[in-house]
Amino acid sequence: MADATHFEGAHGPKPRRTFSRRNIFLYGTLIMVALYYLLPLYVMLMTSLKGMPEIRVGNIFAPPVEITFEPWVKAWAEACTGLNCDGLSRGFWNSVRITVPSVIVSIAIASVNGYALANWRFKGADVFFTILIFGAFIPYQVMLYPIVILLREMGLYGTLWGLVLVHSVFGMPILTLLFRNYFTSLPEELFKAARVDGAGFWGIYFRIMLPMSLPIFVVAMILQVTGIWNDFLFGVVYTKPEYYPMTVQLNNIVNSVQGVKEYNVNMAATILTGLVPLTIYFVSGRLFVRGIAAGAVKG
Amino acid sequence: MTDATQHSVEIKNLDLSFGAVQVLKNLELNIHEGEFLVLLGSSGCGKSTLLNCIAGLLDVTGGQIWIKGKNVTWAEPSDRGIGMVFQSYALYPQMTVEGNMSFGLKNAKIPKDEIRQRVDRAAEVLQIEPLLKRKPSALSGGQRQRVAIGRALVRDVDVFLFDEPLSNLDAKLRADLRVELKQLHHRLENTMIYVTHDQVEAMTLADRIAIMKDGLIQQLAAPDEIYSRPANLYVADFIGSPSMNLIKGQVADGRFTTDGLSVPLGGYEFSREAKGEAWFGIRPEHIVLGDAAASADTSLTITAEVVDPLGSDTLVLTTLAGTRFWIRLDGQTKIKAGDSLTIGINAADASLFDTGDEERL
Amino acid sequence: MADAAAKPIGIFRNMTAKIAAIPMILTAMVVFLGGTIWTITYSFTSSKLLPKTKFVGLDQYERLWGTHRWIVSIENLFFYGLCSLVFSLVIGFVLAALMDQKIRFENTFRTIILYPFALSFIVTGLIWQWLLNPEFGIQSVMRSIGWESFNFDPLYNADIVIYGVLIAGLWQGTGLIMVLMLAGLRGIDQEIWKASRVDGIPAWKTYLFIVIPMMRPVFITTLVIIASGIVRVYDLVVAQTSGGPGVASEVPAKYVYDYMFQGQNLGQGFAASTMMLLAVAVVLIPWAYLEFGSKNRG
Repeated sequence: MADATHFEGAHGPKPRRTFSRRNIFLYGTLIMVALYYLLPLYVMLMTSLKGMPEIRVGNIFAPPVEITFEPWVKAWAEACTGLNCDGLSRGFWNSVRITVPSVIVSIAIASVNGYALANWRFKGADVFFTILIFGAFIPYQVMLYPIVILLREMGLYGTLWGLVLVHSVFGMPILTLLFRNYFTSLPEELFKAARVDGAGFWGIYFRIMLPMSLPIFVVAMILQVTGIWNDFLFGVVYTKPEYYPMTVQLNNIVNSVQGVKEYNVNMAATILTGLVPLTIYFVSGRLFVRGIAAGAVKG
Repeated sequence: MTDATQHSVEIKNLDLSFGAVQVLKNLELNIHEGEFLVLLGSSGCGKSTLLNCIAGLLDVTGGQIWIKGKNVTWAEPSDRGIGMVFQSYALYPQMTVEGNMSFGLKNAKIPKDEIRQRVDRAAEVLQIEPLLKRKPSALSGGQRQRVAIGRALVRDVDVFLFDEPLSNLDAKLRADLRVELKQLHHRLENTMIYVTHDQVEAMTLADRIAIMKDGLIQQLAAPDEIYSRPANLYVADFIGSPSMNLIKGQVADGRFTTDGLSVPLGGYEFSREAKGEAWFGIRPEHIVLGDAAASADTSLTITAEVVDPLGSDTLVLTTLAGTRFWIRLDGQTKIKAGDSLTIGINAADASLFDTGDEERL
Repeated sequence: MADAAAKPIGIFRNMTAKIAAIPMILTAMVVFLGGTIWTITYSFTSSKLLPKTKFVGLDQYERLWGTHRWIVSIENLFFYGLCSLVFSLVIGFVLAALMDQKIRFENTFRTIILYPFALSFIVTGLIWQWLLNPEFGIQSVMRSIGWESFNFDPLYNADIVIYGVLIAGLWQGTGLIMVLMLAGLRGIDQEIWKASRVDGIPAWKTYLFIVIPMMRPVFITTLVIIASGIVRVYDLVVAQTSGGPGVASEVPAKYVYDYMFQGQNLGQGFAASTMMLLAVAVVLIPWAYLEFGSKNRG
C-alpha cells in the first residue's frame, strides 16, 4: 500500500546513520571506558600466566608466549607468610570460616531488629536505631581499641568467633535499615490479620515475614558476603596470624616478601582473592546493584 | 507549494511500529486552519502516539507529516511550529513561572524585549500575571496547567498540541479549565490538536472529533454527527452515557424485526444496502413517551425493572428482545420499579449496523 | 500472646520485641556510644602500651599536630578527599548520562564499569601497584613504544604518589557513583525531556540547567556516601604503597593503626582517631541538619 503511494520529499523514518557523529562519540567513549576498566584485570591475568623470565623481559600488556599455571599452584599451596608455607589456601579457608558464620549471624540479628522496628514500635526504639545509624558513620578506628578490650574480657580476642562477633556488630546498622525499610513496605494488613489470629512475635516472624522476604535476604547476603570477604582492617586487628583471612594473607605475601619478588605468583594470588566476590557479582547481576544501592542510600 | 485550501496539518499514509507491533496503520488526516480537533479513544488506541508523531517526538515508520505546507517529517520538534502541553505539566521545577516560559526563547536567542513582550502577553491571556515570580511547587494544579499552556503560547506558533492536559485534575477543576480552554481557542483561533479519553471533553471542545481504535480512525466528524450518526458499532457504543441500546435482529421488507420489536424503517436514512441480520441502535434519550409515543414509528409497552433517579434525569432499565434496554426520562417523572410504561421509537433517530463488518447501514 | 483480657502495662508491653532488640540496643549503647566515648576520654591520657588513666590534658593532641607524619596524613586526606569527591561525581555523572542514552549493551557496559566495586581494596591496591611499577608497568611500556621521557612513577615519587592512590580509588569507586546517578536520572519524569525538546533546548543544556538541579537530593546523598568512605581510606594505601615512599602517602587511618598496634602508643592512636571522628562530624552534622531540620520546617 505504502509502496504504491507517491511521496513528495521526505517520508518515513528519519535517516539514521549508524555511524553518526553522536553514535561515534557515545559508543567510542563507552568502549574506551570499558577498556580502561578491563585493562587491569587483563594485565593481572596475563602476568599470572607467564614465567618470571618472560615478565622481566617483556611488556605487561603482551599475552604470554608460554602459558604456565605454576604461579597459580604456588600461590595457592606454597606461598609463605611468616612461618607457614602452605599458600593462600589457608587464608581462603579462614575467610570461609569467618564469612559464613558472620553472614548468618549478622543477617539473623539484623532481620529480627528490622522486623521489631517496623512492626513492633516501642518507646525508645527509634532512639537506639538513630544511634545505630549514626554509628555507621563513625570511623571504625575510634572503636577499635575498646572492642579489643571487650573481646579480651570475653576471651574471644584473636579467635575466629571474635571476628565473627565484630562483623555482626558492624554489619548491624546498614542491614537493620535494609530490613526495616523492607518490612515497612509490606502491607500492614498481613501483620494485623496474623495478630488477630493470635500469633506472637516469633510466630509472625517465622511464618509470615520470612517466607515473603526471600529477595531482601538474598540482597543482604550479597552485601555481607562481599563486604566481609573483602574486609582487611578487622581481619588484621582481631585475629592471630594462623586465622588471618585471605585479604590479610595476600597483603603479607605481596608486600612483606624480602628479596626476589615473584610477580606472577603475586598476581595469581591477587586474582584468587578477588575470585569469590567477583563470582558473586557476575552471578547476581541486578541483585548486586540493588544491594549496594540499598546499602548505600542510608536514611 | 502553498494554495488557498491548504490545511494546517496534513498526515499522509502514516505508519508507526514499535518493533514488530504496528501501532498506527496507514493513517490519513487533514486538519483545517484554526480547527480544534480532538483525538478520542481508550488507552492503547494510538492517540497519544499519533500526537507524539505530529510533535516529532517519535520517529515515524512510514508516511509523511506536513504542517502549514511544510514537510516536517524529518524536522526536530522545535522546528515544526508547534507548542505542546503535557498531562503532567512537565514544568521545569527549579525555575520560576517566568523562567519556564522564557527558557526556550532565551535559548533561541530572541531579544530580551521581545521575550518580555511575549511572556507578558501570554500571562495576560491566561491570567497568571501574579504568579510570574513563583516556582511550580508553589502553584495549584490548575495554575500549573495554565503555565504549561503559557509556555507553549510564547512560542508564537500556529499549532498547539495537548496530551490529556486535564487528566491529572479533579472533576471540578477539569470542568472549569475546559471552559477556559474553549474560550482560549475562541480568542487565539490557533489550530489545536487535543488528545483525551474523556468523551465529555471531546464533545464540548471539538470542532471535529477523530475517534481512534487500534491505530485506525473510526470516524472523523463534528460532535453532533458522531453523536447522532455514528459510523460504526464501536463509535456508537463509545459515545453517550449510558451508551446506546443495541439489539440484534433482521432487516427485511423495510422493517427491522426482532423478538418483541418491529420497527418500520421508512424514516431511516440508509447509506448502503441492508442485508439480513443487523444491529438496531437507539439512544436512551431518543426514546419518546406520552403523546409522542403514540405517533412514533412504533410504540410498545414495557415494564420498568430498575429505576435510577439521578436528579436531573431518571434512568429506567427494562428488557427488550432479551437484552438490557435503558430509557432516559425527565427527572420529574414519577415512576417506580414494576410500573408499566408506553414508549415510542422513531427510525430517524436510530442507527443500523451490519452484523458482519459492524459498519453503519 | 495477644491477650485481650489483661494487657500488660508500661515496660512489659511488647516484651518479646524488646528482648529481641537487645542485641541492637547493646551494640548501639556499648559499642558505638560507649566505645566512642571511651576512646575520646582516653585520648586525654598518656597511655602507651596499655591504657593508663593518667590524664595529661591536650598533650597527645599537641604531639599529634607536631608530628610531620600526621600533617602529611591530613594533607593527603584532604587532597585525596577533594579530588575523589569532584572526580567521582563528575565522571560518575557523565558516565550515567552516557548510559542513559538508550544504548545497546547497557547491561554489559554497566557490568564492566561496576565490577571493580566487588573487589577488596587490597586487591585493587595490589593491581595498581603492579600497573604503576616503574620497571615493568605503564612507565616502561610507554617508554618502550617510543616515548622515552615518559615519567609516571607514583610509587617512588613522593610528589605524585597520591595521584597513584587516587587513580586506583577512582577505578574502584566510580562504578557505584554511576549506578546511583543513573538511578537518579531514570527517576526524572520523561515528559520534562519532551518539553525541553519541543522548546528546542539542546541535550547538554537540559542536563545542566534542568536535570542536575532536579537531582539535588541524589547528589547530596552521594556526596555524603563518598565523604564518609574517604575518611576511612586505609586498605588501599596499605596494599598499594604501604604509606610510602617514606611517609608521602600516609593517611590518618593508617596512622591510627600503626601507632595503636605497632608503635605501642595508644594515646596517639586515640587522639588521631578522635580527630578522624571530628572530620566526619564536620561533614555529617550540616547534612543531618539540612536533611532533618528542613523536614521539620516543612
